[in-house]
Amino acid sequence: MSDLESLEREALDRIAQASDEAALEAARVDLLGKKGSISEALKTLGSMSPDERKAKGPIINGMRDRVTAALGARKSALGDVALEAKLGAERIDVTLPMRPEMTGRIHPVSQILDEATAIFADMGFAIAEGPDIETDDYNFTKLNIPPEHPARQMHDTFYLKPKADGTRHLLRTHTSPVQVRTMLTQKPPIRIIVPGRVYRMDSDQTHTPMFHQIEGLVIDESSHMGHLKWILEEFCRALFEVPKVEMRFRPSHFPFTEPSAEVDIRCDRSGGEVKLGQGNDWLEILGCGMVHPKVIEMCGHDPAKYQGFAWGMGLDRLAMLKYGAPDLRAFFDSDARWLKHYGFAALDVPSLAGGLSR
Amino acid sequence: MKFTLSWLKDHIDTDAPVEKIADTLTHIGLEVESVHDKAKDLSAFTVAYVVSAEKHPNADKLRVCIVDTGKEKLQVVCGAPNARAGMKGVFAHAGVTVPGTGLELKKSSIRGVESNGMLCSEREMGLSQEHDGIIELPEDAPVGKPFAEIMGLTDPVMEIKLTPNRPDCTGVRGVARDLAAAGIGHLKAEQTVKINPRFKNSVAIGLHFDDKAKSACPLFAGRMVKGVKNGPSPAWLQQRLKAVGLRPISALVDITNLISLDRARPLHVYDADKLKGEIHARLAKKGESVLALDGKTYELDAEMCVIADDNGVLGLGGVMGGESTGVTEATTNVFIESAYFDPVRTARTGRELGINSDARYRFERGVDPEYVTPGLDLATKLVLDLCGGEASDVTVAGRAPDTKRDITFDPALIEKLCGMKIHAGEAMTILDRLGFRAVVGTRVAVPPWRPDINGPADLVEEVVRIAGFDKIPSTPLPRPASVPLPVLTPMQKRVRAAKRTLAARGLTEAMTWSFVSKAQAALFGGVPDALLVANPISADLDAMRPSVLPGLLAAAQRNAARGAKDLALFEVGPQFTGPDPGEQLTAASAIRVGAGPRNWGKQTWNADVFQAKADVMAILEACGFAADTAQVSADAPAWFHPGRSGALRLGPKNVLAYFGELHPRILAAFDLTGPVAAFEVMLETLPTQKAKPTKTKPKLDLPEYQAVERDFAFLVDAKVPAADIVKAAVTADRALIESVNVFDVYEGQGIDPGMKSLAISVRLQPKDRTLTESEIETVSSKIIGGVAKATGATLRG
Repeated sequence: MSDLESLEREALDRIAQASDEAALEAARVDLLGKKGSISEALKTLGSMSPDERKAKGPIINGMRDRVTAALGARKSALGDVALEAKLGAERIDVTLPMRPEMTGRIHPVSQILDEATAIFADMGFAIAEGPDIETDDYNFTKLNIPPEHPARQMHDTFYLKPKADGTRHLLRTHTSPVQVRTMLTQKPPIRIIVPGRVYRMDSDQTHTPMFHQIEGLVIDESSHMGHLKWILEEFCRALFEVPKVEMRFRPSHFPFTEPSAEVDIRCDRSGGEVKLGQGNDWLEILGCGMVHPKVIEMCGHDPAKYQGFAWGMGLDRLAMLKYGAPDLRAFFDSDARWLKHYGFAALDVPSLAGGLSR
Repeated sequence: MKFTLSWLKDHIDTDAPVEKIADTLTHIGLEVESVHDKAKDLSAFTVAYVVSAEKHPNADKLRVCIVDTGKEKLQVVCGAPNARAGMKGVFAHAGVTVPGTGLELKKSSIRGVESNGMLCSEREMGLSQEHDGIIELPEDAPVGKPFAEIMGLTDPVMEIKLTPNRPDCTGVRGVARDLAAAGIGHLKAEQTVKINPRFKNSVAIGLHFDDKAKSACPLFAGRMVKGVKNGPSPAWLQQRLKAVGLRPISALVDITNLISLDRARPLHVYDADKLKGEIHARLAKKGESVLALDGKTYELDAEMCVIADDNGVLGLGGVMGGESTGVTEATTNVFIESAYFDPVRTARTGRELGINSDARYRFERGVDPEYVTPGLDLATKLVLDLCGGEASDVTVAGRAPDTKRDITFDPALIEKLCGMKIHAGEAMTILDRLGFRAVVGTRVAVPPWRPDINGPADLVEEVVRIAGFDKIPSTPLPRPASVPLPVLTPMQKRVRAAKRTLAARGLTEAMTWSFVSKAQAALFGGVPDALLVANPISADLDAMRPSVLPGLLAAAQRNAARGAKDLALFEVGPQFTGPDPGEQLTAASAIRVGAGPRNWGKQTWNADVFQAKADVMAILEACGFAADTAQVSADAPAWFHPGRSGALRLGPKNVLAYFGELHPRILAAFDLTGPVAAFEVMLETLPTQKAKPTKTKPKLDLPEYQAVERDFAFLVDAKVPAADIVKAAVTADRALIESVNVFDVYEGQGIDPGMKSLAISVRLQPKDRTLTESEIETVSSKIIGGVAKATGATLRG
């Protein structure tokens, strides 16, 4: 074995035996550093004759290249081991729960309002709103409910304390004053829906002193009860996301409509829950009718020329029906558990294209 | 309004089954609430003969009976004192459910003796509260027959929910008329009653009203019947009243009740011997009172119509008779009153006194003004038939209000309003059956019992409801021929954006009452008296809320009581600024209590001012408003922590939002332990965005040259707002400085007391060249100089 061969063998052995980066670095310095054994061997090339250099050059340079490669390979192997050890030390308990995130919720009444809006907007209805505090005139008189009409007692109205000038306002008992406000300021054709808070002196499992109504109004020169029927059928079918709903129109009485009807929806009430579209029970869901000619007249339009219809229903009640919440009072109790259960995710925005609900 | 099937059949000829009748009633607007068929409920209960009744070997109060059911003889243990051999009773087999208790009978052993059923009391049958003994049936009751048949309980009872516009249907005949119009049998002809007066009525009748109150009782008719014998009414009459839930009193009283229910014609019978002087209708005088037939004394006011004589007030006109002149078993001479009382005044009197009588129910809806004397004659006939005696002639004071009117009937209006074709002849037939009469040309006369019919639309409803609302064809509403345009107003969009943004940020939407307690309102700035509810549903909901926050805090309090202490609740709803319609704002308000769910890692959020501020900014951005253009000032209202809260405004007047920690006093009032972060954004106060002609976004200009960041740490008085330093830095060179960010604030060791260290990072973005070191130096000096000048800050060495 020549000197060069034993030099290379020793170098490669030393590299292979380097157990960590420091030992490897020391080996590199001893081999390839300024005074390193391989560097020394390379230096001998300078004092050789051209022929000698020609013969030894490739041998010594080849040796240097192989040692350099071995150093690199060993370095990368040692690096892998070190990283392995570091990562091993970084092990954590992945069965721990993730960091909790507060998940917000949209109240079911907001959700059902957005659903109803999606449907009616598609039918060309605008959304009108009005104040919670109303005048007696708009809440009653202009809706053909004169001061002594029993309907005023029927509604069990909340009144505010009289103002200094003696006028006494009330909390609207229905969203219908917005019909009045709209007709007084707009020319037909009118197509609006009116959502909002309403107030009645009532409190039990299905009545709360405040609840939400949504009502609709169509005024033009030709809309009739057949159209009303179609709208309500389409609305219920779309809102409840069922292929078909069966509805029953019963004659009824409201001072502001003539003819008037109440609408029931076929359902099954057996087993304590309400299932729509089946069974032999009827559940009243809304009141409606052709707007009374006197109302049209009192709101500044000619009843001989204009006609139309209106309907009103409980928004909370629709949510109860669709999503099966049994107790109306819970809608206003803000129990975090209830809101989490019956509420909706922020991104569950109802649309006709994507479906009203998941 | 309750009646039985057989009662209905007194007025119509029909074989229609009860289900069909009920269905028709609902379809023509007389909504059936219930049909109660006792025959069905009680079909398992039969007549049984008690063969023997021996004392129970192990119990003194029990008897062991052998009962013949007609099919078999069974042993039954019975505890009733009247159980004895030879009687007939009502028997129920084991397996039958007892209506009065709702329990199923089981074959059992009672103190060691086998019992195979039960002999029932009235209470067990659900017939009355009687439970002193078992029912005793007549001797001739056939053994084995259903008990309900023997007792005449086979008559189904119907209850309808009457709308207030139908006084005519407060009488069975009115209901029958509607049914006949809808094709259920034919309305039987009205029997004409002719009374031959045997003497002159000696009771004078007067109407004592001034012109203003004349409508209170425009008509008062009456007559005497002498020599009557009052006592229990006959079984058929008692049965009829009992079936609809009325207690039989005596023949005379039962007759008036019968006519009230049958003809919607309330009457009153006085003991004529207890009357003194002229009987008259007048307004009550303040201070008067009357002991009414319900045994209660009522204090009257000067708006109430009373019936009086020389002794004073006898009764409340149209509402309830009085005790003093009521008929008794001893009554022999009676005076029968039939009058017309004004609906409005009657309703008011009933409401003020809290009396809901059958008479009020009818008068306040408006009785048939033309049936006053016919009703009197019908009552007289029944009195003569059932109680004997002889009748006087009739004295009439006043006259019936003239309600005669006719209305143009336009058959084309049916299609115009309802989209349904009905032949004019068919329509006229319906109207005729309902009692309308054709007069001249296209006009029809309204029957006197229908005060609710006043215009052509009313006639359309009459025709269509009888023809059937279900026949109205569902007709698509013409739709715009284009893709529908958006309909939400800018404000409606804001409300939606606020709700969904907050929910996305982890807050849960609540809906709380628009009213709070006056004390809670006071904590949030208070409300004027005109915003107090005059008749609140409860004392703690008596003020229109000036802020949404108290409702949310009360909700947090309720949740804390249930163990949920960490929560983030928001509400977007009205808060009231004044008592007039429209004096309200839509607030998007929220509270964050605690730090989110407890966990092994970092807390979820801080219930602090910056959390609230971040929520507010998120809402503003979601509403399309560049939040950094608003000014922040440290002057939130008193319900916030004075040192840890702020206001966001556009100009001095226009407040967009308040945010911060709530004042500890507020938290104490709601029993909450803090801190609680809260905010209120007044959505209406955000500036409206100008409509843009296109939706194109501004051109994106990405600079080609390298941006440079430089950090500056200042020493400054601790009271100097960070915003002042940022503002001074930004304005040092508006062209070059792209942004300024506060990255460190420090007070404490190494810093003089009263001072703070505040570090900012300034980003310089040249547009047309790369900055040289000397240019950067120049800007840096301007920044340091500007900040120093504006705030007195020095660069920290």
